[in-house]
Parts: sequence; structure tokens; C-alpha cells
Amino acid sequence: MSTPSPQETDAVVPEPQAPAALGREGTAGLGRDDVAHLARLARLALTDEELDHFAGQLSAVLDAVAEVGKADVDDVPPMTHAVPLTNVAREDVVIPSLPRDVVLAQAPAAEDDRFRVPQILGEEE
Amino acid sequence: MSTLDPTSLDVPAIQALLAAGATAVDVTQAYLDRIDAVDGGLGAYLHVAGEAALARAAEVDAARAAGGELGPLAGLPVALKDVFVTEGVPTTSGSRILEGWRPPYDATVAARLKAAGTVVLGKTNMDEFAMGSSTENSAYRPTRNPWDPDRIPGGSSGGSSAAVAGGLAPWALGTDTGGSIRQPAAMTGLVGHKPTYGGVSRYGLIAFSSSLDQAGPMARTVLDAAVLHEAIGGYDPRDSTSIDAPVPVLVKATGEGARGELAGLRVGVVRELGGDGHTDGYDAGVLDRVRETVELLAGMGAEVREVSCPAFDLALPAYYLIAPSEASSNLARFEGMRFGLRVGDDGSHSLEEVMSLTREQGFGPEVKRRIVLGTYALSAGYYDAYYGQAQKVRSLITRDFTAAFDDVDVLVSPTSPTVAWPIGARVDDPLAMYAADLCTLPASLAGLPAISVPCGLSEGLPVGFQVMAPALADDRCYRVAAAVEAALDAARGARFLDQLTDRTGAPA
Repeated sequence: MSTPSPQETDAVVPEPQAPAALGREGTAGLGRDDVAHLARLARLALTDEELDHFAGQLSAVLDAVAEVGKADVDDVPPMTHAVPLTNVAREDVVIPSLPRDVVLAQAPAAEDDRFRVPQILGEEE
Repeated sequence: MSTLDPTSLDVPAIQALLAAGATAVDVTQAYLDRIDAVDGGLGAYLHVAGEAALARAAEVDAARAAGGELGPLAGLPVALKDVFVTEGVPTTSGSRILEGWRPPYDATVAARLKAAGTVVLGKTNMDEFAMGSSTENSAYRPTRNPWDPDRIPGGSSGGSSAAVAGGLAPWALGTDTGGSIRQPAAMTGLVGHKPTYGGVSRYGLIAFSSSLDQAGPMARTVLDAAVLHEAIGGYDPRDSTSIDAPVPVLVKATGEGARGELAGLRVGVVRELGGDGHTDGYDAGVLDRVRETVELLAGMGAEVREVSCPAFDLALPAYYLIAPSEASSNLARFEGMRFGLRVGDDGSHSLEEVMSLTREQGFGPEVKRRIVLGTYALSAGYYDAYYGQAQKVRSLITRDFTAAFDDVDVLVSPTSPTVAWPIGARVDDPLAMYAADLCTLPASLAGLPAISVPCGLSEGLPVGFQVMAPALADDRCYRVAAAVEAALDAARGARFLDQLTDRTGAPA
């Protein structure tokens, strides 16, 4: 599952919450609508109670983590990883995959030797 | 053989029992009996693999009877944090979204322990997806601290820490992303080591924050931890971040440390982790025990100096941006299509709705908070200010370590600012919970090895002493920890965990 940026999402889905409202002016706080928007981006349904609860908690967390902005990082490169590795390629040797029936046995739903998934396209499409 | 009780013994003593004729089945049964007797209250295990463990132990006994060549770990029980996938054995990562899932393969560390002839007792409780510092974020149940059942056992590897401290396993594997091996070890009086990033395979470890996650040992003694680390460590072609270098020689370093061979060792005490001007939030008793331990090292010939690492002040904010960002990406795989829970698949909901409902029902509050926070930090327009900035702070922290290690061989600090706190005390205050990781985060962000070794009690509860070393110098952590352990054991006239046995009268 990919996580589209707010801009991309807004281009295809009418969202009540414009991304410009994220991170309100002058504060790092997250409002209830911001949390709802982010949860949609992350394919995460949240209850009303969760939205109310998380908005306050995440605003406090965001205020705390915004401290990173205080660091003087001119000319400091970002560090993505502790080990300075470039891409690692293995020998092109065929090794057996997991047996299909073993994998499908743990699927929530399977049909015709495949994962069965819910409807992807809407009726109008 | 009903009189056999190995459950308060360290690994060499259990090996001696096996060498003297005890069977692996006897030893395994003794642990299963103890689990049966006390885990209802303790909550250390999510799954006890009783029958499989006894069958495995019987195989080892049969091989031994047939005169087969067995390794030193054959027949020794072990517990695995439920974050390691185990073939055919339920694996949940502490989450409802994986309830009932039986993985089709073994994590590399699980496979290595299996090949060494160990007997897996079961899978231990943990904060959901390893997100937490108390194990209260487990979707199944909290785990209690064997030292005081009203307190947390640390986290996220709190099931492993409670199991080992409580005598429900001789040793266990945990994972450490921001302190999840070291902090629970400190809270329960164990030795816990986070290896150099890349030192132990992550293959088959359910990912939380891939640039930080690292598996490691949790044990009753430094020597036990070293033995377990050597058994699981080393290059794995299935993990692209695995370091292709020989397994560090840890047991030998532990022996040298235990003999007090520290002359010339340069020890840096990190000011930013409980030193002058940085004592807010630290228990006075924790700082006292750590100070006494530093004096102990000086008395053994170590050169001690204070070291300043100013960027460590920003480790917590940097970590709580980087880890949730990576988590929001890693946890995208839990969408109810290929394994685990699926909710709302009744023909009336679209694929996307089923995914959202599955994640709503399958994830707990802390996981949801981190997914939302990580999604925010990675959003276009906020990426540079949050995730990008945090990665630069990560560079600054690494530079502070590099500069410090120009002058000293190891850095030391408390493992956690406080002793174990009462269950429930921080559940609804994420920032208070996160503060438990204050001292362990810098080594995590820099990918460096760090160990926690018990250094005494405060308010009757264990205090951990952290030793950090340069990358691939895990042996220094073990050497210093073994010196501390041996000196304190000698002064006490008993092992650290004997104090727990004496207090509770258990294991009976």
C-alpha cells in the first residue's frame, strides 16, 4: 500500500481537509481534522473518540519532537542508516519460494490458488 | 525426576546438570511447570509451546543417548519475544492484527537457535509492534514485574525480561529499537545487550523501524548473554543490512572483564545523561548507584572522565520522528489481504474500506498514534522540517559519539532515568512513557552496541548501568559489564537475582 502525499490525494479525492491547514500557523499542533486527514492517508479508520483523544496527545508529542528544529544543521548531511552500505546484490541463484498452499493457508481469504480480495473498482467504473 | 529445579540457575549450571545426567525433558518440564504455576499472574508469555518443547527436548535426549555430537546449547530452553517469526508457532508481535497467525518460516535467529539444539519454551509478551516502554501496549495483557507485581517489567521486551527474571526461562531474545532490550533488562535486574546495528540478522523480525531494530540477548548474567549473543550473531545473506564480519569474541571478553582486567580502560561518563545540569526526571537513587559503579570501575584501574555529547539532548525528539516515520511505512503491510485479521469483507465494503476497518480494529492506540505521527512527518511540505531534520540530528549524535571515542574506550550512563514505575502510571501520557528511553536512544540512533548490567537497587528495585561502545566493539560492553557484575557479586556475596529469589521465596 502506498502512502500518497497530501497533494496527490487532494488531486484525486475531494477532501474536506486541505493540506495547507496541517501544522497550524505558529504552532506545531495537530487539530482533530488534521488527524482525520492523516489517518485517511494511512488507510486507518478512527472513531470520534480516538480523533478527540489523539489530537491532544499528538499535539503534545509534536511540540516535543519539533525541538529538532533547534539544532544547527548547516552542512550536516542526513543520516538514514547506521551502516554505510550500498546496495547488496546476491548471486543470481534460484532458491525455492515458500509453497503456495502454505502461504495461502494463512490468508484471511483465498480462492483459486490466489488471495481473494474485496472489490477494488466501484460500480460506476 | 521431580526434585530437579533449574529455574533459578544460570546457563553454565544448567549445562552442568545436563552433563551430569539430567535430561533435556526434565529441564524443559521444570520450566513448563513453573510457567504453569506463575504465569497466570505474571503474564510473561503470549504462547507457551509446551508439547513442541517437550518433543524437541526428547529429540535432543535421543540424540545424546545415541552418542550423537551435540553442541553446548543442546537441550537448553529459551524464550523468544513474539516479534520473531517462528514456523508453525503463533506469532502476533503483540497485536490483534496478527492474532492466530502461524508464520510459514523461521527468523534467522530462531533457526540458528533451533540448529544449536535449544528448546523454545514459547513466545513472550511485548508492547504492540515493539512500540512502548512498559509492555502495557500489548493488545493481549500487561506483564508484571517479578520484583513487584504492581509495577511494569519495562518494554517493549517486557515479556522476555519478566520470564527470565522470574525463572520462567533461563534466557530470552528481545529486540531493541530505542532501548527495548536494555530498559526492560534494567527494570528487572537482567543483563541485556543491543548489538551493533547489523551484527545480528533482522530476517524474520517483524519490522518496526528498520534502520534501528536489532535483536539481542537478555540473560541472568553477562556470561549467559555473551553465549546467547555468539549463538545468534553473524552475517546473514538474507538481511541486506547484515555486517559481513566475524562474530565478535564475547565470551572471552566476558572472562577477562570478570577477572577485573580493566587497567588502562578509558571510561567516559556522559554529562547529558544524568550529569550536572541534566538530572531532571532522574531518580536520585538511580544516579547514586551509577555514581558508585563509576567509582568501582575507577577502583579497578579504569581512567574515568566526564564527556559532553550536546546533541544527545535532541535524541528523544529525533527518535520519535524517525521511528514513527519508518513504522508508518513498515506497518502498511498489515492491510488484511495476505495474512492476519480482515474486517468488513461482507461484499458491501470496498478494498480500501476493508483495509481501513481492519487497521482500525487490529491496531491499538499507540500504534495508531505513531502511524499518524509518522504519516505527518513524511508528508510533502513537512518532510524537511521533521523527518529530514531528525536525520541530520542523527548525524550530529553520531558525530558526538565519534568525537567522544577519540578520547575514551566506552561511554557509561544510567540505562533508564528511573526504576520500574507502577502499572498504569504513564499509560495515557505518551511523553512520560517516551522519557524512559532517554538514555538508550543515542546508541540506537548511531547504531552502536550498548549493554545494561544491574548495578544495585533503589527503592528495592533494580537499577541498570549502561555501557556503550564503538561499532563492532561489542566485546568492550561485555568486558566492562562483566567487571561490574563480578565486583558487585563479590561485595554482595551473592548473584544479583539471588536477592529476588530470597525476597519472594521463589522459585520454590
